[in-house]
Amino acid sequence: MSTRKKVLWGVAGAVIIVYCLFPIAWIVSVSFKAPSDLANKSFLPSELTWQNYELILTGGASELFLPALRNSFAICLIATAISCLLAMFAAYAIARLDFPGKKLILSTALVVAIFPVISIVTPLFNLWRQIGLYDTWPGLIIPYLSLTLPISIWTMSAFFREIPWEMEQAAQVDGATTWQAFRKVIVPLAAPGVFTTAIIAFFIAWNDFIYGISLTSTEAARPVPAALGLFTGASQFEEPTGAISAAAVIVTIPVVVLVLLFQRRIVAGLTNGAVKG
Amino acid sequence: MAAIEMKNIVKQYGDGFPAVNDVSLDIADGEFMILVGPSGCGKSTLLRMIVGLEDITSGDMLIGGKRVNDLAPRDRNLSMVFQNYALYPHMTVYENIAFPLRLSKTPDDEVRRRVTEASDVLELKDHLERKPANLSGGQRQRVAMGRAIVRQAEAFLFDEPLSNLDAKLRGQMRTEISRLQRRLGITTVYVTHDQTEAMTLGDRVCVLRKGKIQQVASPRELYEQPVNLFVAGFIGSPPMNFLPAVPKGNRLETPFGDIEIDPARAGKLAGHDLLMVGIRPESFEDATLVEESKRHLGSTFRARVDVTEWLGDSQFAYIPYEAPEAITTQLRDLSRELDAEDLRTQAIVSIDSTSRMREGREAEFWLDSRKVHVFDPETGENLTRDAEAGAELTRLATQDRVEQVEESQQRASADGGQRDGGRRGGATAVGSA
Repeated sequence: MSTRKKVLWGVAGAVIIVYCLFPIAWIVSVSFKAPSDLANKSFLPSELTWQNYELILTGGASELFLPALRNSFAICLIATAISCLLAMFAAYAIARLDFPGKKLILSTALVVAIFPVISIVTPLFNLWRQIGLYDTWPGLIIPYLSLTLPISIWTMSAFFREIPWEMEQAAQVDGATTWQAFRKVIVPLAAPGVFTTAIIAFFIAWNDFIYGISLTSTEAARPVPAALGLFTGASQFEEPTGAISAAAVIVTIPVVVLVLLFQRRIVAGLTNGAVKG
Repeated sequence: MAAIEMKNIVKQYGDGFPAVNDVSLDIADGEFMILVGPSGCGKSTLLRMIVGLEDITSGDMLIGGKRVNDLAPRDRNLSMVFQNYALYPHMTVYENIAFPLRLSKTPDDEVRRRVTEASDVLELKDHLERKPANLSGGQRQRVAMGRAIVRQAEAFLFDEPLSNLDAKLRGQMRTEISRLQRRLGITTVYVTHDQTEAMTLGDRVCVLRKGKIQQVASPRELYEQPVNLFVAGFIGSPPMNFLPAVPKGNRLETPFGDIEIDPARAGKLAGHDLLMVGIRPESFEDATLVEESKRHLGSTFRARVDVTEWLGDSQFAYIPYEAPEAITTQLRDLSRELDAEDLRTQAIVSIDSTSRMREGREAEFWLDSRKVHVFDPETGENLTRDAEAGAELTRLATQDRVEQVEESQQRASADGGQRDGGRRGGATAVGSA
């Protein structure tokens, strides 16, 4: 590549990065502004202050925010774990076995995935209240599974299809039961797929707002996105913008950490060397 | 170690297509059996039925006298080398080889001893801690073989193991496999479409066509006494030449002049109007170079040479000829079935490399009429086959094998005694167990 090309690529890259990251930079900046400083007509705060973070972590809003953070973490992790486990078995069956109704399962999964959440939430609200799931963890985990399972099954079956059949047959000839072949050969090979799926599933659950706000009423189960919507200013003349920004920054951190943690595992090409090619 | 017996094995797919059709085959204990045939002949399917990866539609599969039709692959105690090796990419070479032992819950020190043994035999010692992705094709192939020999399997099954290697490496691995099989003396079934592998490795070769056995015999018998047109055309490179012939008493009229055959064989040809004569390229010679003492055993003819190929140690000449429609159709079908390029109606003839024959000129050729096969063009049957001579060839091959196995096992144990008694002794124990 010539120097000229390199420069052009560099500039283009920088433009895209600024375009993508500018809103995030703005939120970070706002989170450090005092309420009186919000309308200072400049990007940077005139004075750096931690008071928004204090407000949500130790101050008045902490009663709303901290339990919500705990709920969000627990609910999303449980939903992700369950959906990964179920999707792994389902995807294996879809990729490997020939059974009647295979197409049906896949297309149903797709239909569920594209079904608008808002149209389900009202009947669900009534049903959950009647059977006692309203405002509980399972009350959110179950709808989250309906969001995460379809995409997990689709992603993972794509990964399973990539694994050569011979791997498993070789294991069987070597003396493995079907379960041993699955556990010792297929699952390790599918690990990148499982991690990718887990991250996608976690994001979907973590970002949900509609179920969170509709199916909860107290801090018993309310997740962070819903809690953010309930922030109020110190008085009715004050906007809670600063506090919301601070909370948004905190909520973003686990997602970033998760990606950094697992990005090494999300490398395709682990199957290199399994077969000649 | 065990014999493998197949009785009327049939494999039918869902659509009723019989991939393997009524195959009965006995593979003796310690024998090296080759399954060969053009693609789609059912050879791989048959192998996968032996190992249990394909269901058997009907018939009996016996390993060591025990019916295994309904046993899962893991209960058959066979080991297999796959065409693409199927190594486990997330495990080191050591763990790959140790995998079958780990599954059978073998104690650690036993595992170490056996893996070391296997890697010594296959010269993989320096690579035990590497991952398959970092190995060359030949090394991967050896790891796959290591995984097969590490446990005391009843038999080895190979599914076109060398087809992914380049030509040079293929030659090396071929001798390696042969050496290993002799040394371990384990029943081996080997699928290939490469006839060099079939001829050099096998004690006996089973030629399959469209799911049916054509002939099971030693490589020499297949070459010298093929049962039909298919086997004759499949075995040998360059392939056998097929010429149309009209019988006239003891003579056969062919495009290359009359060929006289002995009365005993001529008697078998009675009642046919049109025949097909099969002559191997090496049965021809440049007439000017044939010794006088041999000359009367064959006939000479003149023909125009289309192309010559001089290879140093040998020389081939291509001679075009005219053939009736019925014969050309039959030949075209045959060549299509053998996955060969379209056989033109030309003979490929092997002549002495010192011959100065010129392209485009006429020349005089001699052909050895003792080695002529005559086929029925409709059924493809070899009318002049000498079954007894063929059986004798196979019997001799069997004798050879027994001697070779004994010798190489003796050598292996003597070798082991000198180098490292304990370890090598173990290696032979694997073979004789």
